Amino acid sequence: MASITFREIEGTSPRYWFLAGLIGLFAALGLGAAYYMEHHGHIVTGMNNSVVWGMPHVFAVFLIVAASGALNVASIASVFGKVMYKPLAPLSGLLAIALLGGGLTVLMLDLGRPDRLIVAMTYYNFKSVFAWNVALYTGFFTIVAVYLWTMMERRMNVYSKAAGMAAFVWRLILTTGTGSIFGFLVARDAYNSALLAPMFVILSFAYGLAIYLLVVIAAYTWSGRPLGDAVLNRLGRLLSVFVAAALYFAFVFHLTNLYFTKQHEVEKFILLNGGIYTTLFWLGQIIIGGIVPMLILFNPKLRAARGLLVAACLTIIIGGLSQMYVTIIGGQAFPLDIFPGWQARSAFFDGVVHQYTPSLPEIMLGVGGVAIALTIVIFGIKVLRFLPESLADSAVDPHAKA
Amino acid sequence: MNHPHQDQKNSSPAVDEHRRNFIGGSAALAGITLAPSVMVYGLAHSKPNDEPVTNKVRWGLLIDASKCAEGCTDCVTACFTENGIHLPSIPPKETDPQWIRKVELKDTRTARTQSLPVMCQHCEEPPCVDVCPTGASFKRADGIVLVDKHICIGCRYCVMACPYKARSFIHEALTDQNPDVPRGKGVVESCTLCVHRVDRGEQPACVEACSAAGHEAIIFGDLNDANSEIAKRVTTRASVQLRADLALNPGIRYEGF
Repeated sequence: MASITFREIEGTSPRYWFLAGLIGLFAALGLGAAYYMEHHGHIVTGMNNSVVWGMPHVFAVFLIVAASGALNVASIASVFGKVMYKPLAPLSGLLAIALLGGGLTVLMLDLGRPDRLIVAMTYYNFKSVFAWNVALYTGFFTIVAVYLWTMMERRMNVYSKAAGMAAFVWRLILTTGTGSIFGFLVARDAYNSALLAPMFVILSFAYGLAIYLLVVIAAYTWSGRPLGDAVLNRLGRLLSVFVAAALYFAFVFHLTNLYFTKQHEVEKFILLNGGIYTTLFWLGQIIIGGIVPMLILFNPKLRAARGLLVAACLTIIIGGLSQMYVTIIGGQAFPLDIFPGWQARSAFFDGVVHQYTPSLPEIMLGVGGVAIALTIVIFGIKVLRFLPESLADSAVDPHAKA
Repeated sequence: MNHPHQDQKNSSPAVDEHRRNFIGGSAALAGITLAPSVMVYGLAHSKPNDEPVTNKVRWGLLIDASKCAEGCTDCVTACFTENGIHLPSIPPKETDPQWIRKVELKDTRTARTQSLPVMCQHCEEPPCVDVCPTGASFKRADGIVLVDKHICIGCRYCVMACPYKARSFIHEALTDQNPDVPRGKGVVESCTLCVHRVDRGEQPACVEACSAAGHEAIIFGDLNDANSEIAKRVTTRASVQLRADLALNPGIRYEGF
């Protein structure tokens, strides 16, 4: 195999600056929306005392879950020793940091008191899954930064495998922690399951890799660098397995609930008569986010068509956002059953499905988080050597057909 | 105006006036000196401010649903007035804070109806305290679950975790607050069991209001004190805890439903 040369992208073309400007605009709009929300209070959002986590959490949790998944490519190279993935590894680390940064920014700016970030960093309740996550996020940034250093600094290369192993284990714990934010909520019928933790790990594989593929294709196409089919084909096939596994977990999760009589009402709500949540589950999560990409990715011919591969990645992202909406907001919209066997009614909306309509500032804050993640990526690949000069088949795979 | 006393005063010797002033002044001084002692005597059951709360006490409420009148919201009004909360909008909004609410229940099998108030259940093992990342949600030694408004970051995880829908997030700026009950935009709050009144030896506002309305449906007291009315009632009559399956051991008990 030819040796791989990493080089910064030039980043001087009008296209680069247009892209940077566009992403910067959305990031600025997101920050502006956050300022507006903090100034007026959450009254300007669609959130309320029943649905306390809204659109910002859909984006934030999606980005955080995708962040750990984006690191997979690097893990396959370092931990599982797959040579072909080595050139892809630095971008994988950068994307992981960027997505986590974007997600945490949204999460933090949606706090009731974001000015108290220092309190969140200095006061810890060690029984809180949230507090564990704060430690896990900080650790993730540190470990991935060290991992990138071992990959990108030649003298440190010998430590790369060890750092990669640490990052791999850490990312599994991190996503277990993210899933447990919901899994540990004993009070709510839609959560309260250990399955949420491994399910989030599997979902992260799919979401992270889909975003990774889109970034690679965009970066190489727009910078005019060669990108062969061998890399894309391999990653596309891997992605199909992740999507299938995600569907499997969703199936087992709901099947278990359907078996338990006490869970029938919540299942009926999500699967049958929950309105937007039922639509987003079947159309968004299952069909668009699962079946459509599987049809494309399992078929070698369809997968080889770059446009269709991009389409498959986009549908996985749409499915991912739908899944987060159903999980996070659908889970809260379903009323708490404080009085089993009784029909409850009150001035505080007991016993009724809770209403939630996202407001524009919330959506802008969420999209702003995506823009912040992309800003980190396009800035990163311009100033440091994250991208190989070529990902042509001959450069990455010695056995590739000419 | 010419008053008969003034006539008398004019005719009295000067020494009498001096003595009267002296006695009056002494009485006032004695009053100022004795008043706090008398007040302290009156609050014999309250906790002095320099003494920490103790876990020997477990404050709780016993709600008799059979005495709670359908449609009566006196406890809710009293709570909101006491704690400086604006009464819920009409029709109610899901963003309105609500520390206590009246829940109307209908048995899904027999259609029997029941009415009762629900507030923070002051659990012995509160899920809101478990999940709070900063420790702002905390349980006092005497069982009262509170939010430290200074270290709450407004993440709302406690609202997600509470099985009783007892917590509210403040969605907009507040006005007309009660100095005894500090609140603030962007943080979470819930029933404090009127901790400021309890520490003065008084009863929570909802209990007082229910009693004033003649229902006597809510009893407040120390569950750990075998001689207290609440302890006697829960040991001699059947009562339930809401979501007892979660094993959180709430300090709020219900009977008669």
